[in-house]
Amino acid sequence: MQAIIVKNLTKTYDKGKIQAVDDVSFEVEKGELFGLIGPDGAGKTSIFRMLTTLLLPDKGEASVDGFDIVKDFKKIRNTVGYMPGKFSLYQDLTIEENLNFFATVFNTTVGENYSLIKDIYIQIEKFKKRRAGKLSGGMKQKLALCCALIHKPTTLFLDEPTTGVDPVSRKEFWDMLKRLKEQGITILVSTPYMDEANRCDRIALIQSGKILSIDTPAAIINSFSEKLYAIKANKMYQLLKALELFPKRRNSYAFGEFAHATFDQTIDKAELKRYLEMIGLSQIEIEVIEPTIEDVFIKLLNKHNHAE
Amino acid sequence: MRTLIFLLRKEFKQIFRDKAILAIIFVMPSVQLIVMPLAANYEVKKINLAVVDNDKSTYTQKLISQITSSGYFRLQSYNASYDQAYEAIKSDNADLILEIPQRFERNLVRENKEKIFIAVNAINGTKANLGGAYLSTIISNFNNDIRMKLTVGSRFSQAPTIEIVSSNWFNVHMNYRLFFVPGILALLVTLVGSFLTALNIVREKEVGTIEQINVTPIKKHYFILGKLIPFWVLANVIFTIGLLLGRLVYGIIPAGNIGLLYLFVGVYLLAALGFGLLISTFAETQQQAMLIMFFFMMVFILMGGLFTPIESMPQWAQIITKFNPVRYFIEVMRMVILKGSTLRDVASQFVAVIVFAVILNSWAILNYKKTN
Repeated sequence: MQAIIVKNLTKTYDKGKIQAVDDVSFEVEKGELFGLIGPDGAGKTSIFRMLTTLLLPDKGEASVDGFDIVKDFKKIRNTVGYMPGKFSLYQDLTIEENLNFFATVFNTTVGENYSLIKDIYIQIEKFKKRRAGKLSGGMKQKLALCCALIHKPTTLFLDEPTTGVDPVSRKEFWDMLKRLKEQGITILVSTPYMDEANRCDRIALIQSGKILSIDTPAAIINSFSEKLYAIKANKMYQLLKALELFPKRRNSYAFGEFAHATFDQTIDKAELKRYLEMIGLSQIEIEVIEPTIEDVFIKLLNKHNHAE
Repeated sequence: MRTLIFLLRKEFKQIFRDKAILAIIFVMPSVQLIVMPLAANYEVKKINLAVVDNDKSTYTQKLISQITSSGYFRLQSYNASYDQAYEAIKSDNADLILEIPQRFERNLVRENKEKIFIAVNAINGTKANLGGAYLSTIISNFNNDIRMKLTVGSRFSQAPTIEIVSSNWFNVHMNYRLFFVPGILALLVTLVGSFLTALNIVREKEVGTIEQINVTPIKKHYFILGKLIPFWVLANVIFTIGLLLGRLVYGIIPAGNIGLLYLFVGVYLLAALGFGLLISTFAETQQQAMLIMFFFMMVFILMGGLFTPIESMPQWAQIITKFNPVRYFIEVMRMVILKGSTLRDVASQFVAVIVFAVILNSWAILNYKKTN
């Protein structure tokens, strides 16, 4: 059964001038951890706000747990948990008070669903008398997750939960999500970090309000059919320039300290090395590597831009 | 109901935790009620007078000493010529010039007639007006004295004159504090009621907590009530503090029914809170809310009849004051506290305020729904 169904959802701002979400469709299975992956401004938050009934779509329809986001918005508000990208709990209330408040608002108590948040809550419990505004970023985020979970939601919406959080806390956070998923909660999560995509069951790559591809992370990586080369040299800028002029080049771009490149046919590493040396580069390393989600994203983006 | 109680508990907790709000609620009104009526004095005193005495006779001496002994004037300079005195006005050392012509005494005695010249620096309108008026009164008193003396022999042939004796009702000693303090109290209650409501709701918008609330099953009217009730209560507390201060510091004891005052405040606050609610639906940030509020407050204060009587405003301005809820509150405060008016006397103000409450709140709720 599908927990979330989105059909041709469209949202524009400024009287149609800005296309935030452009004809987006996807489905999320019950109990699935589904990721919306895309850069800032791709339309992720707009999708979240429509699905959590905070924003009305211009066109298209969507349902959460079988409830229509426009007609049955009241029912959706009873069953979903939402954690916005920006910390938005009461900064002048303590951890305990925030949690109690949100439990009461949903007509439940902290005790009733304590088992669900226990793992997360014990990490912040010793600060329970501290005001939310005085917590560190990671603790704030754990508290926000607790508050979103306290009424035992069937579906959890997490909008960029790891933005601005340190790498260790990020990893911990994804471990928590995995445990929640095991309890049968459907989770829709968005992130601009491509490396987090692997932790989702399925992902949708999204850019400029359009979905580029939806699949499991493995299948998405597999869809990268070409051989990918990672190339390193002493001067990055010259290297990129040289690669652009290489006759068989299909695509090339900077990727950390390497340049990633694909070519029209299998090329001889030695041939490429000779070409680069001729231009005057040294310390050249060339390797064939496994593509990452980011490589796929860049490829899809190029294709998408060419199509327009 | 349980939700509402919980919302209220949360709201009060937040209010009592915010030291700035506590100061605004309890310290500010007390300070304003104690300081403002003492400082903002309607009586103009210490008017600087420059005298040009071209006569230098006993009469002019008498006149000048009568002016300075009135307590309103301060003899700033004694000049040889009008030009010299005018310099004093230019350098802001004098507010008024009194020029006495040559042969003042002689002409007065011989011809029963003489003219005196008064020049007023009208940069400060109130001071100029009142200063001029005071001076004229003193001079005409002086004139009467002289006439009495000169005509003392023919007392029975004195021309008939009308002497006016007035008595001040409801405020026997014309103590301006009696009508100023209730007015300021009305303003403070309005300020706290509408300002704090608007800022509080807009803060939820700014911080984003309103989003979080909107995703919960909390009903809109509970949320709004949860916001309005605390400030309704707080404004009533301020009103009580104000009445107590008025009694302790200024000895103002309401002549009318205190219950009637509270009834009116209760209804009036619905309008004030509704106004705050309405502003909050338009503003996205606290800064915006502050600026909008500030603009309206200026209009409410200046067109509310606190400083200048509404009756002396031009016709169009009087019509504008009809749309100012503060006006009705100040009227009722003065009527009930000073005059002891009854419910029947202030019925029209009650109706006006109820209309305001209904319109402002409905508008705010409509607007609130639209934005979501």
